Amino acid sequence: MSAVVSEFASSTEAGQALVEVRALTRRFDVSSPWLNRVLQREPRRILTAVDDVSFDIARGSTYALVGESGSGKSTIAKMVLGLLAPSAGQVLIDGSDLSRADAAANANVRRRVQMIFQDPHASLNPRWRVGDIISEPIEAFGLAANSGERADRVVELLAQVGLSAADATKFPHQFSGGQKQRIGIARALASNPEFIVCDEPTSALDVSVQAQVLNLMRDLQAELGLTYLFITHDLSVVQYMADEVGVLYLGRLVETASREALFASPRHPYTRMLLEAAPRLDGFGREHVIDGGEIPDPINPPAGCHYHPRCPLANARCQSEIPLVRDVQWSRVACHEAEHTGL
Amino acid sequence: MSKIATKATDVADGVAGTSMDTVELTPGIAARLGSIWSSDIVWSFRHSPVTIVAALVFTSLLLAAVFAPWISPYTPFDPASLNLMDGFTPPMSTGMGSGAMYWLGTDDQGRDVFSTILYGMRLSLFIGIAAVAFAAVVGVTLGLIAGYTGGWVDALIMRIADIQLTFPSIMVALLIFGIARGLTPPELRDQMAIWVLILSIGLSEWVQFARTVRGSAMVEVKKDYVQAARLLGRKPHHILRKHILPNVLGPVSVIATIYLALAIITEATLSFLGVGAPPTSPSLGTLISIGQDYLFSGEWWILLFPSLTLLALALSVNLLGDWLRDALNPKLQ
Amino acid sequence: MTAHTGATPAQSLLSVRDLIVEIPTRRGVLRPVDGVSFEIQAGEILGVVGESGAGKSITGAAIIRLLERPARIAGGSVHLAGRRIDTLDSDSLRRVRGGQIGTVFQDPSTSLDPLQRIGDQLAETARLHLGVSRSNARERALQALIDVGIPGAAERLDAYPHEFSGGMRQRVVIALALIGEPDLVIADEPTTALDVSVQAQVLGLLKNLCRERGTGVMLITHDMGVIAETTDRVAVLYAGRVAEVGPTPAVLTDAAHPYTRGLMASTPNPIPGDKHQRRLQQIPGSMPGLLSVPTGCAFHPRCEHTMAICSQRRPPSVPVRSSDVGCWLHSEVPET
Repeated sequence: MSAVVSEFASSTEAGQALVEVRALTRRFDVSSPWLNRVLQREPRRILTAVDDVSFDIARGSTYALVGESGSGKSTIAKMVLGLLAPSAGQVLIDGSDLSRADAAANANVRRRVQMIFQDPHASLNPRWRVGDIISEPIEAFGLAANSGERADRVVELLAQVGLSAADATKFPHQFSGGQKQRIGIARALASNPEFIVCDEPTSALDVSVQAQVLNLMRDLQAELGLTYLFITHDLSVVQYMADEVGVLYLGRLVETASREALFASPRHPYTRMLLEAAPRLDGFGREHVIDGGEIPDPINPPAGCHYHPRCPLANARCQSEIPLVRDVQWSRVACHEAEHTGL
Repeated sequence: MSKIATKATDVADGVAGTSMDTVELTPGIAARLGSIWSSDIVWSFRHSPVTIVAALVFTSLLLAAVFAPWISPYTPFDPASLNLMDGFTPPMSTGMGSGAMYWLGTDDQGRDVFSTILYGMRLSLFIGIAAVAFAAVVGVTLGLIAGYTGGWVDALIMRIADIQLTFPSIMVALLIFGIARGLTPPELRDQMAIWVLILSIGLSEWVQFARTVRGSAMVEVKKDYVQAARLLGRKPHHILRKHILPNVLGPVSVIATIYLALAIITEATLSFLGVGAPPTSPSLGTLISIGQDYLFSGEWWILLFPSLTLLALALSVNLLGDWLRDALNPKLQ
Repeated sequence: MTAHTGATPAQSLLSVRDLIVEIPTRRGVLRPVDGVSFEIQAGEILGVVGESGAGKSITGAAIIRLLERPARIAGGSVHLAGRRIDTLDSDSLRRVRGGQIGTVFQDPSTSLDPLQRIGDQLAETARLHLGVSRSNARERALQALIDVGIPGAAERLDAYPHEFSGGMRQRVVIALALIGEPDLVIADEPTTALDVSVQAQVLGLLKNLCRERGTGVMLITHDMGVIAETTDRVAVLYAGRVAEVGPTPAVLTDAAHPYTRGLMASTPNPIPGDKHQRRLQQIPGSMPGLLSVPTGCAFHPRCEHTMAICSQRRPPSVPVRSSDVGCWLHSEVPET
């Protein structure tokens, strides 16, 4: 798998990869407690949240992972950040494996990896002043010689995200949702990271505020050369932010492509359905042609290609054989019928 | 649909903050006091007459207890100052022996009831506060560990708590008191009695703290700000102390207040049963225990005044606890 | 399409006039809805769009008087098919709710009783509001489930709500909203909790069923894309007031109110094959809280066209092209 991926990475014009995700798999035991299982004669239930996912993120680019509920996108984010150990596979950040490195090297890698969270209310400690929240990474990684230097850095970070120095003494509840998200971004920037995982950073915000935050993130990327892993279910945000896009369905990567290729000629039937289903601002009175059905139970996903029960192109092969990822024109697609789905 | 009204007030609160965008870096003392004065908790206090009365009662009792040595007209536990002839002096009368005035009368040994109440209350409050503090420290620590760690550690701590809950707390206190007393050398018993009381009442009350804190900690642990701290490589004890603890203290303060009343009553009960504070340094419970011997022989004041004091103390603390619970519960506002 | 203005309460299916909702709090009286007016014609889908705090959900709740205390209607009128319903007693109101007005909320659990079988809930509503017999109600329940596309409807009649997936549950809620043959459906963020693919299915269903039956729909949402694809007309709410109301394509492509224009320019739009990415425009600041609604036009502190009058007087609603707009840019500024 990894050989295939690196071949793909070199085939794109992007520079060297900062983040390499290799055959990443994560299973959860979602069985009932032992006693209940014995009494009710239930078998163990294993949820494969992430199934053999591989992709690279080029330095300075934005990689978007798109998926609906149960796609495993947040689980991938946790593993990339080292908050969750993979069941199999690995994540390399600039060549070092966060789950294996020793403590000292670990702290060094950790400093370079940060996160922007979905819920701006829950991501800030309500009992901490904003200044303390932002300076925590500086203190944790020993990035300032003294408290004065730290305070200067906090003011600088606040300015960078469009807040004022006076905001440092306030508590999170004194800010609106968009301002809280700015504070979250300032905290993420505080340790001078190179790579930021953004987990649905604007899905809790109103559109006019979402635009402010997305623009800020793009500006910061240009200014600081940041690399983003952008996790979302919203294709319109993907189109605005991403360079590369990976589409997840029930834990598997079904299609990866550049933003242009994905939106111009989606190859996987699921990607095509997602694009068809996304509401458009100019789609007045549009009737959708949607593959029926809903996302199946991720604990007992359909055999073969997970998408086959909903897929208009499905045949006998799709029901039994897991499709491998392969190159189809400008995209990499896991679909037996992908050649036939071109526009 | 139920969220609509609360949503509206959320919006209002959000703006109360944003409109303060122009404040200077360090708000002045006047501004700070002003914002405290108008904060929700102070507002709910100001608008609850019962709570204000309770607070006044409790504060007076607390001050009286703290300054007992300076306030009390007599030193009731100094045998040299006692005049046995003054025994059983009724309230507002002068003693037969010394001719001194006793507002609340005297007991069998001629001790001034007012003074013994002040000293007794001092002891009761000390034991109560210390026991609750001890229970809170044990309960909060175990609750945080259980809530953060989960798994078998959580199961173990909570099963112990469950087992303890099946016994009435007074029984647990009696049991611990008995064991601790058995382990103390007889000559130290009177001296150690108070500390043994604190230990036994504290250990009988930690469960509620642990349960509440565990529940809150389990909620907080899942929040993203804890993830953010873990992302910085923070150790669990740091996260528990700096991040989670401040966010679970609200309910802890409510339980602490209500349990303070309970601890004072438990102490009084133990002392009343004769297993608590010794008669040489009596608490309110000991005084009530002494007083009931004389109730039917007509010396009612020896029982009545300590009992009223205990009632006022426990009731005022309880009312304050009720107010705190309501004030910290956004759903009731 | 229907005429955009001038419909009298007698002609419109739903007519909301100068609706005011107040919430008394200790910090003062809040007005989450402050003089909202709009009409819905039979068979028409009106979108009510706005950001959080705009008052769109409270407007919907006020129309069916499901306001949670202490919120209360403090002014204005609501007419349904010519009959005033904001002053009805609670008995008549119950008959209107579920009978003349069906509701679909974001969270199906607010509509479905978890302890009652789906079929029984549907049949009971049919009997209550249509006065049909027990067996006829059962038939209608089955037909309702078939209409909303529940596979194996006959067997699913005896299922409980938790046995359905999220999308299917929302279909059941729609069946429940429609079984009383209402004239109007109020749908408050009906698809916000659903995945995109399911959202498209559920919205399509709601749209087509109401079209076929001539049912009017008030669709409350924050999603401009949903508005574009589903609604005939749209009311844009800001800080409890209607900024602009008019035919959806006109409002979305050629908005007269600066807030609507800003909202559109700040919404990213997924267009297949679109290669260039224009920078999103942003409206500075955020929606004011209810305690600090600016004087005059509530939008003026964030507006790029602010004039002196904007901070002093509230703009009246005036016809502009095919819409009604509350903005001083389009009104005669009165002499002072």
